[in-house]
Amino acid sequence: MIYFDNSATTKIAPAVLQTYQQVSEKIWGNPSSLHDFGEQAHQLLQQARAQIFDQLHLHAGQVYFTSGGTEGDNWIIKGTALAKASFGRHIITTQVEHAAVLESMHRLEQFGFEVTYLPVDKTGRIRPADLQAALRSDTILVSIMAVNNEMGAVQPLLSVAKILQQYPKVHFHVDAVQALGKQLDQVVFNDRLDFATFSGHKFHAPRGVGFIYARNGRTLVPLLDGGGQEMGQRSGTENLPAIAALSKAVRLLKTNEAVKVTQQQAIRTCIYRHLQTFSKVVLISGLSDEFAPHILCFAIRGVKGETVVHALEEQGIYLSTTSACSSKKGLPSTTLAAMHLDPDVINGAVRISLSDQNELEEAHQFNRVFDGLYQRFAALS
Amino acid sequence: MKYSEIMVRYGELSTKGKNRRDFIRQLGKNTHLVLRSFPTLEIQPRRDRMHIILHDEPVKPVMQAVSKIFGIETFSPVVKLTANASLAQIQQTALELVQAEFKPGKTFKVATIRQNKKYPLNTYGVDDGVGGYLTDQISGLKVDLHDPDITVRIEIRLNGVYLSCQTIAGALGLPVGTGGRGTMMMSGGIDSPVAAYMAMKRGVKIDMIHFYSPPYTSPQALAKAKDLTVKLAEFGGTIDFIQVPFTKIQEEVKKAVPAGYLMTIQRRLMLKLAAAITIDRHCNAVFTGESLGQVASQTIESMRVINEVTNLPVLRPLLSLDKTEIIKIARTIDTYDLSILPFEDCCTIFTPPAPKTKPDLTKTLEYEQRLDLDGLLSEALAGIEIKKINVGDDYLNGEQDVFAELL
Repeated sequence: MIYFDNSATTKIAPAVLQTYQQVSEKIWGNPSSLHDFGEQAHQLLQQARAQIFDQLHLHAGQVYFTSGGTEGDNWIIKGTALAKASFGRHIITTQVEHAAVLESMHRLEQFGFEVTYLPVDKTGRIRPADLQAALRSDTILVSIMAVNNEMGAVQPLLSVAKILQQYPKVHFHVDAVQALGKQLDQVVFNDRLDFATFSGHKFHAPRGVGFIYARNGRTLVPLLDGGGQEMGQRSGTENLPAIAALSKAVRLLKTNEAVKVTQQQAIRTCIYRHLQTFSKVVLISGLSDEFAPHILCFAIRGVKGETVVHALEEQGIYLSTTSACSSKKGLPSTTLAAMHLDPDVINGAVRISLSDQNELEEAHQFNRVFDGLYQRFAALS
Repeated sequence: MKYSEIMVRYGELSTKGKNRRDFIRQLGKNTHLVLRSFPTLEIQPRRDRMHIILHDEPVKPVMQAVSKIFGIETFSPVVKLTANASLAQIQQTALELVQAEFKPGKTFKVATIRQNKKYPLNTYGVDDGVGGYLTDQISGLKVDLHDPDITVRIEIRLNGVYLSCQTIAGALGLPVGTGGRGTMMMSGGIDSPVAAYMAMKRGVKIDMIHFYSPPYTSPQALAKAKDLTVKLAEFGGTIDFIQVPFTKIQEEVKKAVPAGYLMTIQRRLMLKLAAAITIDRHCNAVFTGESLGQVASQTIESMRVINEVTNLPVLRPLLSLDKTEIIKIARTIDTYDLSILPFEDCCTIFTPPAPKTKPDLTKTLEYEQRLDLDGLLSEALAGIEIKKINVGDDYLNGEQDVFAELL
């Protein structure tokens, strides 16, 4: 089996699973309990948090554990809206965000917030000038993803950060779910960043755990009130086995990051160069720095993406029609529509997404399988 | 720049006449204990200087640790060349040293000492040769012989040529252990670690006495007192930590004594126990973190009644310091953040709402008679536990290493 659907989810790493199991079996006290069994759990929780801080070279700020990317996005967007509604009710985001961001925005619109959705160019990137033009005196939040989950565009966050230096009161959120471990920390952790969302299962941690980063001095209203865990910001008994496993997955991800990213780039380039040779293949992602190293989105004109997915599946190769979250609904991709691509390209789009567990040999295998597939489809059209 | 050793210059102890040899030996021992986490270092306490040979240890963390050891006036990271090193080699090394320190506008001078009279150049020759070379190589570097920003020290000795251009202030004071031995009544608050620090600065070797009262005090309170002791060990090496069980005494006192005198009598019994331990361990004084008038037990009247239990010297280095001054020192010695962790210690439990600030000695003695003093005290003494606390130990986060493997 060749698994090329790592932006949907990744396989849990054995060492990470081992940590999950060991913590579940041995350190299952409640970190809030006063006795030493609880105290031990508390120590582990804090050490897991500190390790993420170290690994990501974070300076001033907090790491709060969540249930994953969707919770992180919802919390930061709605939490900012609740905290800052009295200062303004205008929010800026992009047309190509993940559904967790877009749907949170739609919810806020129901409550009277006004949202500007920035358009993107042919490469899927926003134009900083559009952001500059959209900013108003009542803007409270700018939420822009780091890496597009469907076609891999890296948004120009450094230019965004530079513009937002002039608007110090606006909260700046980056959905970085697809960006961790891809040598993009310089872009994500720019010096204007206020909040960022991360999700564990995108880098070999278990499902149901993630974290957000929050800069010191930025207020966020909690969405989950209760026992005051996570420094009062996110109540609910801490999912310690998953949190410890998450922290370990971050450490493993960051070990030899450059080498692993080079490997993913090599796989992507190998497939890209091969696909380029077919006249009916449209490559939506590119190879430049403007695209993340692990995502390659393409279409065969006249062939539905779904058909390509199933045809490859028969050969033991797993990929997606762009975002796994919306693919079952059969809805056209909002990202690709925002890029104004031809309808047949949008309908044909599929996404290869890599992780550090993929090998270069898999690219060659994919290319061989693809040759046969292309012949088969070409004969029909 | 790869330094080969740290050269340590002794402080006050150079004035101490014939005790000098003992002082240097003690400082060597202390340095050894403080630097125990760097096993490849070689420590050579010599008559005029102490040399810490780095081998392959990085210089920064070692200098950080050396800067805390009492009895050191100044120290310098040094590069050692062979005794017959050429002027060109000396110039090259000096250049690397100065480049690491240089910023435009800085001034320098070269100061050469020549002990090895067989070396082909005299001190002027070396000064000129190195000084001229540096001004040629680094544009903007100016000579200032009177008040230079950077002094390049070159010592041409029989066993090698030593170069350095930084002189860093040491912790001063006297090596711990050269000023006799005392015990310290250590609660875990802000004051007692500062008092211990001040006693140690005058060379006193301190044994920590900590009273604990489970289940009224938590295991974390005990761990915190130990971690504070770890911090203090950084000034002069391993410290004995004596934990004294105090639960039963506190319960009995609470039952038998009127509320106003609870505190006074508890403190008397603590001091009584401390005095017994002090004598048993051949120490000669009890140190406390008391500061005059800070709380009820620290009024001059309370001190008189509490102090009545022993004729050992009870020394109070913080006697006339304000709380803000004490906090300032606690921050510089890095004990403050630990001290303010919110675990109750045995001084804060069973405290009456209105303790007597001017207790009466006759009444105190009368109330104390209600207790089985000898029985209680000997039971507490029988239950003491002694543990050696080393630099680098960690008690509050004792499982850090286990967790690190898990994470």
